[in-house]
Amino acid sequence: MKYRSNWKWAIAVIVIVAAVSSTGCKKKISDPFPASDKVAGWQKTSETRVFAAKDLWQYIDGDAEQYISAGVVTTSTSDYKYQGQLEATVDVYTMNDAAGARKILETGTSDAKPIQLGDAGVTYAQSVIFRKGSRLVRIVAYESTPDTPQALLALAHGVEAKL
Amino acid sequence: MSNRREFLQTAATGALLLGSQSKLGLAAMMDQHGQHAETGKSKVVIARDTALHGAGTQLDEKRVLALLDRAIAAYTGRENPVEAWKQIVPMGQVIGLKTNGLGGKGISTHLVLVLAIAERLQQAGVKAGNIVVWDRNARDLQACGLTINTDPSRVRCYGSDVAGYEEQPVVWGTAKVHLSKILTRECGMVIGLPILKDHSDAGVTFAMKNMYGVVSRPQDLHAGGCNPGVADLNCIPVIREKVRFTIGDALTSVYDGGPGFHPERLWYPNALVVGEDRVALDHTAWQMIEHKRAEVGMKTFEAAGRPPRYIATAADHAHNLGVNDPRRINLMEI
Repeated sequence: MKYRSNWKWAIAVIVIVAAVSSTGCKKKISDPFPASDKVAGWQKTSETRVFAAKDLWQYIDGDAEQYISAGVVTTSTSDYKYQGQLEATVDVYTMNDAAGARKILETGTSDAKPIQLGDAGVTYAQSVIFRKGSRLVRIVAYESTPDTPQALLALAHGVEAKL
Repeated sequence: MSNRREFLQTAATGALLLGSQSKLGLAAMMDQHGQHAETGKSKVVIARDTALHGAGTQLDEKRVLALLDRAIAAYTGRENPVEAWKQIVPMGQVIGLKTNGLGGKGISTHLVLVLAIAERLQQAGVKAGNIVVWDRNARDLQACGLTINTDPSRVRCYGSDVAGYEEQPVVWGTAKVHLSKILTRECGMVIGLPILKDHSDAGVTFAMKNMYGVVSRPQDLHAGGCNPGVADLNCIPVIREKVRFTIGDALTSVYDGGPGFHPERLWYPNALVVGEDRVALDHTAWQMIEHKRAEVGMKTFEAAGRPPRYIATAADHAHNLGVNDPRRINLMEI
């Protein structure tokens, strides 16, 4: 009788361990989008939209091919507003590997200024692009103001911290 | 801006309706490809105003309206804008304004231009409810700064996501597509309002490529640098017959990295490019971007490996959509 009871316990333990380990082994997909006011002055103004590679054309038809050829898996995007005025969009491309993210980043123009962000990054007057692991982040502002570069950089650091 | 918006709303009462079926003055002068019957040349007008962008990136709406009037006057030969528009649009039909908001905020057809055209259409006698501003979906329209409205007493604005696509596909060459019901069932005539952009596959996107926004799965037409996809699509009879005029938005453009918004490659041509022959318009647009790329020391599209080959294809015997030979384009720059 005692022998049978031990068997029951053993099976129960195996089931629990298997359940825990199966969820625990899954790589947690982090949400890279800072909530409102997590970065000073920035409000998140839209829901995050996520596009699988096969649906990327719905978001950036025409641009999609270059990301697909670089191995994009999913693309997430969300809109932000700085101090109620400056609008920006954050796109996070999750690639198959770091090489894909590097490939896209390297298509930048010669006037890009390198910045210390993630594994590598560049900045322009109205945009910041950086990569970290297999992620490529592109943040674009729709207006050029004296505050734009610093505000974008702060948001970029906020995103980078969540990757 | 508020004055024009108010105008659009009050004009919705139909007070400006003339009601009669106007003859297409241009159709009498031009053949089916928008070529002048006597000269055999396609007319393209580039109207510029270097002061169009005031301080910063804001457009001066009065100057945009004035620029539109100059462009239309030069094209039609009629100084009076209302008379000029009566030559372009038929009365009693729904006029579609096909914008392009694919690139997102920052590089989409400008709201001020759409409003200016809607205003002139109503002054020419088109009922507010007979004007439909449309694109693929709400997002694209909102990227232009437009608000969705399906109230038939006002200028309507909605996407194919609302109207739906035809269940039965149409086929022309490599293009097998489901067309937007806004094009097939709603509009009697469509005026294309593309925005001039570089395109990572096709080289250049403008008048003909704007038609990718009238089908359910444009991504199926991107192979081979969109060649012959663009030309084949534009040969579909309903597109060929209904999309009869183009007012190309070259107020802002991207000369590289398109078709999305890349502020680092933004440029302000401050121009409208107007005409009927979409092949001639695209050839002209290509030259404009090519010129800009040369100015900033960039490779030509040919050297970059993405010349817009679809333009020549559209002009070939099989497609016969218009002309791409500069000697057969009557280019007016004003």
